[in-house]
Amino acid sequence: MIDLDLDMDAGAAVIRLRGRLTMVNAAALRSAVTDALAAGRTRIVVDLSDCEFMDSSGLGAVIGGLKTARQAGGDLRIASLSPQVSTVLQLTNLDRVLRPYDTVAGALGGN
Amino acid sequence: MTSHRLYGPRAGFWSRRTLIRVLILVTLMSGVNYLAWRWLHSVNWSYWWIAVPLVLAETYSLVDAFLFGATMWRIRERGEPPPPVDATVDVFITTYNEPIDLVMATARAALAIERPHRTWILDDGAREELRQAAEAAGVGYLTRSEDWTDRPRHAKAGNLNNALFATDGEFMLILDADQVPDPAILDRTLGYFGDPKVALVQTPQWFVNVDDSDPLGSQAPLFYGPIQQGKDGWNAAFFCGSNAVLRREALMQIGVVGYVRGVELAVREALDAAGKVVREARRTAAEHGPAVVRALGEVEAAVGQARAELRLGEPLSEITYRFQQRVDEAGRGVVAADVEALRADLAAIDALPIASDQELGAVVVDEVALDRLAARDWSPLGALESVKALVRAVDVDLFSEAQPVMPMATISVTEDMATAMRLHGAGWRTVYHHEVLARGLAPEDLRSMLHQRLRWSQGTLQVMLKENPLTQRGLSFGQRLMYFATMWSYLSGFTAVVYIAAPVLYLLFGIRPVQTFGGDFLVRLLPYLIITQVLFSVVGYGIKTWRGQQYSLALFPLWIRACTTAVGNVFFGRSLGFVVTPKERQQGGGIPWQLIRPQLIAMGVLVAAAVIGLIRLWLGLAPTAQGTWVNLVWVVYDLVVLSVVIEAARYRGPANVEEQRE
Repeated sequence: MIDLDLDMDAGAAVIRLRGRLTMVNAAALRSAVTDALAAGRTRIVVDLSDCEFMDSSGLGAVIGGLKTARQAGGDLRIASLSPQVSTVLQLTNLDRVLRPYDTVAGALGGN
Repeated sequence: MTSHRLYGPRAGFWSRRTLIRVLILVTLMSGVNYLAWRWLHSVNWSYWWIAVPLVLAETYSLVDAFLFGATMWRIRERGEPPPPVDATVDVFITTYNEPIDLVMATARAALAIERPHRTWILDDGAREELRQAAEAAGVGYLTRSEDWTDRPRHAKAGNLNNALFATDGEFMLILDADQVPDPAILDRTLGYFGDPKVALVQTPQWFVNVDDSDPLGSQAPLFYGPIQQGKDGWNAAFFCGSNAVLRREALMQIGVVGYVRGVELAVREALDAAGKVVREARRTAAEHGPAVVRALGEVEAAVGQARAELRLGEPLSEITYRFQQRVDEAGRGVVAADVEALRADLAAIDALPIASDQELGAVVVDEVALDRLAARDWSPLGALESVKALVRAVDVDLFSEAQPVMPMATISVTEDMATAMRLHGAGWRTVYHHEVLARGLAPEDLRSMLHQRLRWSQGTLQVMLKENPLTQRGLSFGQRLMYFATMWSYLSGFTAVVYIAAPVLYLLFGIRPVQTFGGDFLVRLLPYLIITQVLFSVVGYGIKTWRGQQYSLALFPLWIRACTTAVGNVFFGRSLGFVVTPKERQQGGGIPWQLIRPQLIAMGVLVAAAVIGLIRLWLGLAPTAQGTWVNLVWVVYDLVVLSVVIEAARYRGPANVEEQRE
């Protein structure tokens, strides 16, 4: 259902999701975040360019990841959203909390 | 199982609905006719202190009749359910302290449900014995995750929220520990979810340990019948906590929406408090040297910037992240010159004004304590730390909560009503399916019953005070009315006092709240009273509604207590005095007269008033004979209604419960 790549370089980790992030595999994202933090990468970007669908449980997993990252003194950001995922984000007002970055580079940059 | 239905579909249903509508209109017209005369022509202003409460109480009752009429206007019988959809389903059995045997009987019945599903026991008591029993029976067993340690538990809502993140079915059937499901419960309910906007299918709660006389009024046939069907007609069927199937996506969606709202509020309040703390600290900063002055200046600028960004609608995670980094940066150059002062400050930070509500375990920002904290004489470095701690406590991770996302609403002890209202507000549909598909246990003694009713009414009033349906966004007009109707009905306690006091005052002292109890009065009142009863009997045809009518008046001390404690809780943070409903009979000796003392006193006063009223009539002291007779009838009605509590106090439960459960 979902493929998940974890790329790490100095200080940052990029989690790349491919497929559908739903209630069935929301736990996989949460554990990828935990792995990245355990490896000392506190700045995490979730790359959604190949994530074609996300339900509210998927959003819940993103929020869970944000919480874990923040408690480890880091941050979690999301990038390259498909139109469907953007719609879900707006529908739940989650864009009030998380900025949808256009690119992974953009999410990694800034402060 | 052959027939599950409570009542077969009625022939000529449309004509019944038409009849009900005509009766509603006639009731309201006669009611308005009576009330208009009461307000305009009959209030006896010389005794305004009873006359005004009485006319207000009567107005309350007319509004109640209007809301009942609005509910019945769209009464909807759905008939046969659509064929079930294929889906993954989790069955959740919630328990806290119920006997293991009772929970396992429900679990075994849940395993036998006919469609594919997984069964879970959600044990908030984390009992090893129950875990083993569940394992032996092949039932899933869930307890709270580590995240909940030392955090608010939110009772049953928290238990369900915990389970939602440990399972992944598309739908979930929720059962209280004592609600034994019918094997067909999913076959009969899943079909409604063919409509992708349906979030909830609620079925009735039916109790097996109740005999025909039902002195405690446990069966609620008017609610799990015409009232739910009426609400269903307005797309406002209520969620009642058990015997219901829910769509996970809908719950998760309102959970995420609630999370965003919670974060926004928490960040705003924390920044306000942080601003106050820093402003105070800056006044004495000069004594501590230029590094401190500079640091506090930077923090104040950071607060200002964060608040400006909040106003501009910048994403909250970025506002808080930048803010924390700037505060960290600002604090770096400052060394603790006065270690003692700093230590005292750190102790104060430990007592942050984020407290947990005793009953709900809900995190509440205690505004009084927040102001006290802000007004504290901070050492400048302590002020820096306190700002950090404040923002930390209410960051986007909602650190003080076990889970940032709480799909089941946690604002009330009755999580079900609050959750349904949020679902409706988000545009989801709900369904009431009128067929008994689970059979449970009602409280068997007066004390347990009173606790349960108190909890329901307090919870409903909490929701009304915290998320008033009249002002919530996203609800339709009909949905607002349907929620408001239920909340309104819980205010009846105050009117009961007036309805008891008014005839007593007349019979004892000849005090007339109404100009006349004569022809003008009866000619307007009688049609209204009679047509109301006709409407009630048509709506409640074949249902026992009398117990419900009795209890809405007879439990007046409890309804009043619910109102005062709910207001005290919501506005002043006081305890509700909340207890879990015991499912087993309470042990104990004699008849618990003390539980119904106010009612017994009221009955004594009513009887005395009747006797004295008759004597006064005989002595020629009564203002009019007709007035005495009208008030005597009124007293007798009050007595008949109140008498239910005596029956209830003497009740010892049905003799043959065990046989009935088999």
